[in-house]
Amino acid sequence: MENLISLFVESVFVNNILLAYFLGMCSFLAVSKRVDTAIGLGLAVIFVEVITVPVNWAIYHYLLAPGALAWAGLPDVDLSFLGFISYIAVIAALVQLVEMIIDRYSPALYSALGIFLPLIAVNCAILGASLFMVEREYTFTESAVFGLGSGVGFALAIAAMAAIREKLRYSHIPAGLRGLGITMLITGLMAMAFMSFSGISL
Amino acid sequence: MSLLSKKNMVFLKDPLMDNNPISTQVLGICSALAVTVQLQTAIVMSIAVISVISLSNVLISLIRNMVPSNIRIIIELAIIASLVILVDQVLKAFLYDISKQLSVFVGLIITNCIVLGRAEAFALQNKPWPSFLDGVGNGLGYSMILIVVAFGRELLGSGTLFGFQVIPDAAYAAGYQNMGLMVLAPGAFILLGLIIWVQRTITGTVAE
Repeated sequence: MENLISLFVESVFVNNILLAYFLGMCSFLAVSKRVDTAIGLGLAVIFVEVITVPVNWAIYHYLLAPGALAWAGLPDVDLSFLGFISYIAVIAALVQLVEMIIDRYSPALYSALGIFLPLIAVNCAILGASLFMVEREYTFTESAVFGLGSGVGFALAIAAMAAIREKLRYSHIPAGLRGLGITMLITGLMAMAFMSFSGISL
Repeated sequence: MSLLSKKNMVFLKDPLMDNNPISTQVLGICSALAVTVQLQTAIVMSIAVISVISLSNVLISLIRNMVPSNIRIIIELAIIASLVILVDQVLKAFLYDISKQLSVFVGLIITNCIVLGRAEAFALQNKPWPSFLDGVGNGLGYSMILIVVAFGRELLGSGTLFGFQVIPDAAYAAGYQNMGLMVLAPGAFILLGLIIWVQRTITGTVAE
């Protein structure tokens, strides 16, 4: 239990998927103009991460890893090179499924998330979390906690950024720095602030 | 029509400066920063991205009239993912150490917005040859930023270029210190922000 809590805290703050690994920057920059849409995207990312990382864990460990097909009488088969294409297929299919379920049972949430749900399929943070899960050899529970943690980390960063950018509209910024330039500089400062969490260990 | 006519050269040259994928179109930043601690990894990554984006543009352009538009995204993703698997296997076979350093970021070329973005915005409407040039041009524009960022980060952060020390020992003896910040994530964000500032001032692009 303790190591799960520390994994969660670590993936939210210390190894924030956005500020330490640069994943999900595209949607981070595109959707951080308003706080409410940023929070919507953040929630959608948390939701999808919590599902996709454990599902991809199961796919890797029961179908793709070297020797994983032993249950089917094929102990020598190594399909790990199919990893990328399977993960992205799972993510795209799950996003589609989640979209249909939300549309059926909660139209209010569906219209709030709008265009962001389908866009999540190509969010680097989602695929990145699955790839990190394989590389770091997490167990099933750890992969679920890691999915949740990286989703929360992304949501936290994008909501904070949107709040800063709303205030930024009133400031006088040099012409060439407006838009992307100043956003990158602020992201740098935010990353620096998040690095100060790196001493925390539970 | 000659293969490198003036019209076609525009596809190749435009993304380098005026319409750079990273600093103007705001695409592909995800992977641009993580691999730029050293020049070597940045260059390998650039080559990987250029090959994936140019080949995927050609393939998608070849099948553009056969694919129904409502399932095009998943087909584009399948093509891109297969190409990335190829690149990953080649890197693992011939450049094992560098592929270990690049770790998950080779796989993340799949979700690199530049590749899908160019497929959607260009390859679906154009013939294979211009699509190929557009792919190479955008790949080069991406590489250019990547290499400039990596140059700055490796020089300021570790005092080396391609792993060779370039800051003389005398400078260290006189009290010069490597800037540890540049090796870490914030250094990449700030350096890229400054590069975008310089580039947009030169080209005169102003965001609203």
